[in-house]
Amino acid sequence: MRVFRHELKGELLLYTRSRELAFFTFLLPLIFFLLLASVYGNDRIKSEGNVRSAPFLQAGMIGYGAISIAFAGLAIVLVIRRESGILKRLRATPLTAPEYVSALLSTFLAAFAVQVVGLLVLGRAFFSVPFPHHAVSLVLALLLGALAFCGLGIGLTSLIKSAEGASAVVNAIYLPTAFISGAFFSPNSYPAFLRAIADVLPLTYFLRLIRNVMLHGHEIWSQGTNVAVVAAWGVAGLIVALRSFRWEPTEG
Amino acid sequence: MSAISVRDVRKSYGALEAVRGVSFDVERGEVFGLLGPNGAGKTTTVEILEGYRKRDGGSVEVLGVDPARAGSDWRQRIGVVLQSSAMYETLTVAESLRLFGGYYSTPRPVDEVVDLVGLREQRDQVVRRLSGGQRRRLDLGLALVGDPELIFLDEPTTGFDPHARRQAWETLRSLRGLGKTIVLTTHYLDEAERLADRVAVLRRGEIVAAGPPAELIGAAPATEIRYRENGREVVLETDSPTRVLNELTAKALAENRELEGLVVRRPSLEEVYLTLTEEEAE
Repeated sequence: MRVFRHELKGELLLYTRSRELAFFTFLLPLIFFLLLASVYGNDRIKSEGNVRSAPFLQAGMIGYGAISIAFAGLAIVLVIRRESGILKRLRATPLTAPEYVSALLSTFLAAFAVQVVGLLVLGRAFFSVPFPHHAVSLVLALLLGALAFCGLGIGLTSLIKSAEGASAVVNAIYLPTAFISGAFFSPNSYPAFLRAIADVLPLTYFLRLIRNVMLHGHEIWSQGTNVAVVAAWGVAGLIVALRSFRWEPTEG
Repeated sequence: MSAISVRDVRKSYGALEAVRGVSFDVERGEVFGLLGPNGAGKTTTVEILEGYRKRDGGSVEVLGVDPARAGSDWRQRIGVVLQSSAMYETLTVAESLRLFGGYYSTPRPVDEVVDLVGLREQRDQVVRRLSGGQRRRLDLGLALVGDPELIFLDEPTTGFDPHARRQAWETLRSLRGLGKTIVLTTHYLDEAERLADRVAVLRRGEIVAAGPPAELIGAAPATEIRYRENGREVVLETDSPTRVLNELTAKALAENRELEGLVVRRPSLEEVYLTLTEEEAE
């Protein structure tokens, strides 16, 4: 426990020192929310039961933030650390894999939590979006989504061979995913082929889950399908991670 | 009890036999050098001892434990400097040492390590701004911060300029003064000659010679005598230089003639090493 707390402090320090990570995965969803909600926050979305755009976008940016921080940020950090040899160095120290991984995940979850609070505060302050009512359901849903994207992020590292390729591969996956899954727009207005893709992506189900909780007053226990699909994706990522995670740089 | 005991260790990567039946012991407090050209199996051997690689055969004990089954407690007692000096670029020297020190139950104080590796002026400098030699010294500091009994150094001065190498050697000598056991791989002969109590020379995964550097040189075949006679260079190799020199000089004195450019040389470790490993150049 002492080593876990020590490592957690170290990881938090490293996170705050990483400007690129802080901008692209932490700040960008907040900035998009401010920009887009300023432009059309008061419009009504017909295909979404005439909800106001601001709360719809707010939930969308929470989903975008989850995939940015827990999936993209975590995967890039892990690949860079693996390829530079930092993970290999850590293996030579008494720090155990469970201590390391739990401290790393806690750090990324903490960053996501701060980001969510930021989005909620911005929404309330500038776009009269009330704070969500079902706090327990929301926290559970966010935890589920963040952990699932962490699992997918760690799983993805096995498929990336170089530090140079990390950003390119990760961006090519998560940015289209965010668009297609409906973080920025309602997927109900998409053409059929895009909706077909959206129907298999985990972010689609995570967004439905948190929108149902935040906008439509549902509790998480009424959301069996959405919870199950998000969890299944997370477990799939975890299985890949457990089977093929590497601590050492790619050879040659 | 030896710090390290290695018996008939083997390791293959596919068809390539990287280590082919290597045996040696390292005593406590000893500086042991593994010497050999690139691809001779040095790093593979050391990474088996560090617990990174599983051996295919043979037995290994490091501090009384099989590294293939060793856990966190064993890692408290070893320090590792890898070939690549990977570290967190955004932390300062002191922050890096504090972070890694926290993994150990009885770490050495950060400022003590900073002084030991000669980075006091860079103490609060971000790692990204360190020079190559300074990074390598921090690398060593990170391996020392847990106050280990046994330290592995894989080619610690590769890529250094001569000045930085001499500084690194000074640091390594001071470690010996602390009573640490050190295993060092290198392809620099002068480094092994100056630092190691004993060396083993690896060639194609096998030990072709082992012993104190002076003994390896002593075991070399011949002393070389050179001089010029009528403008021609004469080279003699002999196992009994005293007799040969005596005959040469007596004859020259009798003829009242100078042995021009007379040189008597013992082979250096470098020449011994090149003889031992020359097949590598095939």
